[in-house]
Amino acid sequence: MNISQFFLQLINGLNIGSIYALVALGYTMVYGIAKLINFAHGEIIMVGSYTVFVCTTLMGMPIWLSIPVSIIVCAGLGICIEKVAYKPLRNASRIYLLITAIGISFFLQSLFQLIFTSNPKSFPTIIQLPPLTLGSFSISANYYLTFVVSVILMIVLDRFVKLTKTGRAMRAVSEDQGAAQLMGININKTISITFAIGSALAAVAGILYSSSYPLINPFMGSTLGIKAFIAAVVGGIGIIPGAVLGGFILGIIESLTKAYISSQMTDAIVFLVLIVVLVFKPAGLLGKNRKEKV
Amino acid sequence: MLKIENLNVRYGVIEAIKDVSFEIKQGEIVALIGANGAGKTTILHAISGLLKPAGGKILLEDKDITKTGADKIVMMGLAQVPERRRVFAEQTVEENLELGAFTRKDKEGIAKDLEMIYTRFPRLKERRKQLAGTLSGGEQQMLAMGRALMAKPKILLLDEPSMGLAPLLVKEIFSIIEDINNQGTTVLLVEQNAKMALGIADRAYVLETGEIVLTGTGEELASSDAIKKAYLGG
Repeated sequence: MNISQFFLQLINGLNIGSIYALVALGYTMVYGIAKLINFAHGEIIMVGSYTVFVCTTLMGMPIWLSIPVSIIVCAGLGICIEKVAYKPLRNASRIYLLITAIGISFFLQSLFQLIFTSNPKSFPTIIQLPPLTLGSFSISANYYLTFVVSVILMIVLDRFVKLTKTGRAMRAVSEDQGAAQLMGININKTISITFAIGSALAAVAGILYSSSYPLINPFMGSTLGIKAFIAAVVGGIGIIPGAVLGGFILGIIESLTKAYISSQMTDAIVFLVLIVVLVFKPAGLLGKNRKEKV
Repeated sequence: MLKIENLNVRYGVIEAIKDVSFEIKQGEIVALIGANGAGKTTILHAISGLLKPAGGKILLEDKDITKTGADKIVMMGLAQVPERRRVFAEQTVEENLELGAFTRKDKEGIAKDLEMIYTRFPRLKERRKQLAGTLSGGEQQMLAMGRALMAKPKILLLDEPSMGLAPLLVKEIFSIIEDINNQGTTVLLVEQNAKMALGIADRAYVLETGEIVLTGTGEELASSDAIKKAYLGG
């Protein structure tokens, strides 16, 4: 085994892993607060990429402007989906929420297929930085930027949730919604903010992903979404550091499988990892069973 | 201060609370006693806005709060110490107390009140950096009370503060409740431990299967034969 090849695969894994982690954060935050698996989350990634495509290629907007536009569109879309589809079902059984989420996901895919057809569109080049040279390696700007941006966003999110008043409200709601209400925390507002943050992260993930794989289509969100969801479950759904850990683990496993076992086996091995984790640690790697003192 | 008029609460087709009316005047300690399942917690949830009543009115300082959101009710000066404390186990003692002051913006006032809570409950100060889930039951009860007080409520609702605590601790908790009341906070106390509750209450209401069946001063009820038989063990 060639060490430098191994090292390159590791960088590959960190690249895709940081995208999984960003998307997984959205799943895990929404689950933590609304106890809902938002299966439409993957489609937000797709909408984010298409927004950049529309802004730049079709409308001629400068790239630096299209990125915040895409983030705002996705955050707004996340809030709308929650208000229109999930909020009316808040007291309904979970299965209805799950079905609704899948419905929204199909709706967005079909809508974008109608508007843009299913032919892939080419994503504009966003990152025009020189590659990073480390000894004999040359790491493309897409790769290191994806990693750096993701890590920065994760740190910002972690600080936000730990230190700001809104972040603390989010943690309180995720632990005990009723008790949080008794503190005067507005549940609707907290849930909206959570959807906005999760969707904004998905937009960034979509842009970074499309920069590395610059062909976008209306179904690009579903595989990416499922992988990120697995990452969130492997790390422990509802736990923020778990999503990050799960994302990186999944990305590295994937790229090492592609390099050393077989690229066709990748998905099978990813699911195998999920099953193994669920058998031995049903609450995920960082999950723990809560105990209550009476 | 707080007035409940013909309150009705339903869980689906089940009528949990039927036409309940009662009142708490400024400065009072009022106890709501009754057996398990009588509907005590349901009433408190309806007052705090966690449940929507099917009928009736809830007035806080003459303002109708029947349809007001739970967060606004806290801002209007009503705080609740919920049943089984419900502290945020994964957050520290101090973070729990700060969450209690969530609706307040006066940083200096909050810092002052935090010190006041620590003076009242020295054990919370010792454990301020500890996760609330690691506290004992009695400490969690104190934390839940301190957390509610951080909202600076005019009226404090307490749901079964004695639950699961050793008799000595129950006494301590009840003397703290009296003390809180003496410092100007009106108190609505819900209890199964009728003896302790009637001991400190100015007035009390007895609730049975969703209806108020008896009312009187704490002393009157404590010496009533019906109460003695049903709740005080003869």
